[in-house]
Amino acid sequence: MPSIKDIMEKMDYGPAIESDAEVRNWLATHSAGVGHFINGCFVAPEEPMSDVINPANEEVIARLSKAGPDQINAAVKAARAAQPKWASLEGHVRARYLYAIARHVQKKERFLAVLETIDNGKTIRETRDCDIPLVARHFYHHAGWAELLDIEFRGYKPVGVCGQVIPWNFPLLMLAWKIAPALATGNTVVLKPSELTPLTAQAFAEICIEIGLPKGVVNIVHGDGETGALLTGHPDVDKVAFTGSTKVGRLIREQTAGSGKKLSLELGGKSPFIVFEDADQDAAVEGVVDAIWFNQGEVCCAGSRIIVQEGIAESFFARLKARLSTLRIGDPLDKANDVGAIVSRPQLERIQNLLAAGMTEGAVLHSAPGPLPNKGFFCAPGFFTETAPAHRVNREEIFGPIATTLTFRTPEEAVLLANDTRYGLAASIWSQDIDRAIAAAAKVKAGVIWINSTNLFDAGAAFGGYRESGYGREGSRAGLFEYLLPLRSDQLSLRPEPNRECAVTAPNRVHYAAPAINITAKLYIGGKQVRADSGQSYPVMGKNDAVIGHAALGNRKDIRNAVEAAAKVDSWGNIAGHNRAQVLYFLAENLSQRSTEFAELLVQTTGATTKAANSEVEAAIRRCFWYAAYADKFAGALQSTKQRHVTLSLNEPWGVMGLVCPDEMPLLSMLSLILPAIAMGNSVVTIASQSHPLVASTFYQVLETSDIPNGVVNLITGSRDDLAKTLAEHDEVACLWYCGSKAGSTMVEQVSCGNLKAVWTDGGYVRDWLSTREGYGEEYLRRATQVKTVWLPFGE
Amino acid sequence: MALNPEHQLASNSSFERVTGADFTPAWFEGYRVNLSATERRATTLMTRRTVKKDWQAAWLAHAITCIDLTTLAGDDTPDRVRRLCAKARQPLRDDIMTALGLDALCVGAVCVYPTMVNHAVKALEGSGVPVASVATGFPAGLMPLSLRLAEIKYAVEHGAQEIDVVITREHVLTGHWSKLYDEIAAMREACGRAHMKTILATGDLQTLGNVYKASMVAMQAGSDFIKTSTGKEAINATLPVSLTMVRALRDFYQKTGQIVGFKPAGGLKNAKDAISWLILMKEELGTRWTRNDLFRLGASSMLGDIERQLEHHITGRYSAANRHALA
Repeated sequence: MPSIKDIMEKMDYGPAIESDAEVRNWLATHSAGVGHFINGCFVAPEEPMSDVINPANEEVIARLSKAGPDQINAAVKAARAAQPKWASLEGHVRARYLYAIARHVQKKERFLAVLETIDNGKTIRETRDCDIPLVARHFYHHAGWAELLDIEFRGYKPVGVCGQVIPWNFPLLMLAWKIAPALATGNTVVLKPSELTPLTAQAFAEICIEIGLPKGVVNIVHGDGETGALLTGHPDVDKVAFTGSTKVGRLIREQTAGSGKKLSLELGGKSPFIVFEDADQDAAVEGVVDAIWFNQGEVCCAGSRIIVQEGIAESFFARLKARLSTLRIGDPLDKANDVGAIVSRPQLERIQNLLAAGMTEGAVLHSAPGPLPNKGFFCAPGFFTETAPAHRVNREEIFGPIATTLTFRTPEEAVLLANDTRYGLAASIWSQDIDRAIAAAAKVKAGVIWINSTNLFDAGAAFGGYRESGYGREGSRAGLFEYLLPLRSDQLSLRPEPNRECAVTAPNRVHYAAPAINITAKLYIGGKQVRADSGQSYPVMGKNDAVIGHAALGNRKDIRNAVEAAAKVDSWGNIAGHNRAQVLYFLAENLSQRSTEFAELLVQTTGATTKAANSEVEAAIRRCFWYAAYADKFAGALQSTKQRHVTLSLNEPWGVMGLVCPDEMPLLSMLSLILPAIAMGNSVVTIASQSHPLVASTFYQVLETSDIPNGVVNLITGSRDDLAKTLAEHDEVACLWYCGSKAGSTMVEQVSCGNLKAVWTDGGYVRDWLSTREGYGEEYLRRATQVKTVWLPFGE
Repeated sequence: MALNPEHQLASNSSFERVTGADFTPAWFEGYRVNLSATERRATTLMTRRTVKKDWQAAWLAHAITCIDLTTLAGDDTPDRVRRLCAKARQPLRDDIMTALGLDALCVGAVCVYPTMVNHAVKALEGSGVPVASVATGFPAGLMPLSLRLAEIKYAVEHGAQEIDVVITREHVLTGHWSKLYDEIAAMREACGRAHMKTILATGDLQTLGNVYKASMVAMQAGSDFIKTSTGKEAINATLPVSLTMVRALRDFYQKTGQIVGFKPAGGLKNAKDAISWLILMKEELGTRWTRNDLFRLGASSMLGDIERQLEHHITGRYSAANRHALA
């Protein structure tokens, strides 16, 4: 022990170890193993069990049961049984339960923080100051939503039973992000924590008992990926929520395709951290500390690609190196340590392999100096210089405390580099020039943008990604929709298959209606009428099987061309909503001028009565007005988060959307899909009704006269599901709406997992396109956009 | 951000006195400080680091050596100043000193008004504790420059070894940086051998950008120390302001190789504040910058709290103010 005099001379930090006595006692009471929490009871732990290891010292701290089919069945059954009663409780009563959870989390904050630290390896400073306070905040916020649900979400109902699978990097926080919104909205849950970090979930289950949460509302099952797959694949689970790797997210997308399960995925990231020359560089350096050296870099939204303006790069990297030298790495229970242990040995090895790959490719690694502890899974924080976008370390998520660096010359190039990734979870932008920062924020494709800040979280701000970072949001109003379904009619009827295959030769025993002039219906791509690539057309049958014309037979190349044309559009999403509204109003005008023609065509092609056809055309015109009205009224909102922060939640267009139209009400259904999409600024590739394609080919004439920029609406006719498959597979398409068959719904969901595009199907059930619940409404607007949360701290 | 390893000063290194630099606006013009990020760093500095047990005691004892024990009140009298000086010589009770294993400990300086300098000098004779005097029309500084310079000379003539000067805030608020430079340079000249601490009165300057720029000008003009506050502004020393100042100080060092000290003052009341500012210095500049030739705490009541904390460290019982001699 050094003397006071010695310390006065050296002025070093001594040990400041947080006591783990209570957690040790708690672990001792669980020495027989940790079992599942099903229907309000703990299942006695059973072999085979896995070891739960403290990554900071490699000690086995607990043993964990693994749920198989029986336990998953039991848990889902318990959740199912509890759900109706839980949903029927007054919102206020559910609010009381959530409030009680929040309170109990706070009452045990130190215990939970220490337990999380021992289980995960992250520092006590972070569990104490970040994880646990955010957990409590999440339950408070959602207690509020439970209270207000009836008023704020009229016309919605809970999804039912939720199967939730969470990762090991923020164990209790991810649990809170999953459970709080589910419970607030009247769902019940079966949650599976990571087998590496299951202990705070166990402590949470004990809190559920303490506060008297009704049995079966929360069930927790343990195990690895196999258990997770059993849960997400369980037929009686209505909603799957997953946070974890993009790889597993894809598997879940494929597994749940066609099941009708609602799905939200929060996946990986390779988030840019852009430093402009006019940034407060010291601030940005601390930003890097909070971005990639936070939680050992095991953060899906970590700013892992530092993109610096070339003129300041040298100075910035020097500052980063200096800052590395004051980071303290070691015992995560020491209150004066900045970086703890990586969660497991395989994870550490994975990081080390990626770092080695980076160095092999020529990148230079700068690591924090000083020795690492002898025991435990520690990784020195650092950053790479001399990397190129093509390097593996710039493309793959390292998920460790090492960032890459790139330089840029102009703001445009900064955005280009920032968007040069499959992912789109978050971005951090550093500039003291608000014009520059907001311009960049608008162009970077990411679900969360932090201006002059990083890794800010709040229950009141939506979190979630663009692109292959997943879909769905957590937190705020946007997050609740993941756990709600719009009320629909109970009378579901499956959509009939199209009345004919798209056969090129006319079938036997048909008679041609006498034509006036032979019409050549074409495709409409990039604002031009074009012939199908196949050079073929297919006959269109009207009532009494009369061939009423021919439609172009589109193929995959036509889809490719249409997507290309749609992707080229760059101004439509950026122009003022008012200007888009003007175009939609003009469209309504032109449609109304030709309403008789459309009504006659509808009678001819669908066999509808004149009255029904007239009312369909009338409804289509009204729909133009409705979405024109919303074009400048659905931009987003200001969220209440932290003081002196503007937190914006912006409803941004996806970019290119694919729309697959049904046969019923071919004009109205097509417009019901196109209008919200383009009103919100998307460009669309529309596969028109297979059976009634002439509606589309007549409609493009209206488009041509309505000032719609080229490429914003593209219309393809042909074999619906063949075209839909190509569209669903296309990586440039960010979102797909499919209104076809049940089998087709499954197919598009399955093949969408390439780029993990958001898919909305109606499962093959006919929609009532005239009804306010099903045919149009806020849900369409919501699904035509993705939420981008922009954090802007202010003050001088 | 910390200093580059190659710029880190060894813990025992000595250095030349600041000579200043030519007035160079390029070093601060257009410099922008992000408030929220600075506040966040200031806050998390204190949650990222802590000292416990013996380390806490040692850091507190060390903090005593950095205190400019201060009385700057209208009712100061020779006896009041003598009492303060007695405390400065012997800040801790003997039994506490013994229990901590310390044999000698004094504060960094005693800080008084110019007319009290001679009383303080006499009272501190032989102790090695220097007398610091405020000057230049403290606290507002709105006197003709000739009188302000004369005041410095008066204090120096009466034995003050350190002079705490105030700047004309107007020059900052109106952006007349060269006037500010000239004024401070003249004061430095008037100080002669006495070390000059330049008080920026950051509470009046308001923005962190102003704080950074004023710091840089003060250093270019030859300040030995830059100091936050007079203690008389509405807002005194805060961590974000201090962070901005020490970053300016680091930048000046990296540009010129000259080493300037830092003194937060005003509003520093308790032992925890002392630890906080020491952590700030250590993390941002390195351990060398925690020594009292480069770091002072301008405070009057902080010492009492440190004494109570140290007694608690030794006895395990919480202490009361009346068990320690008045300053």
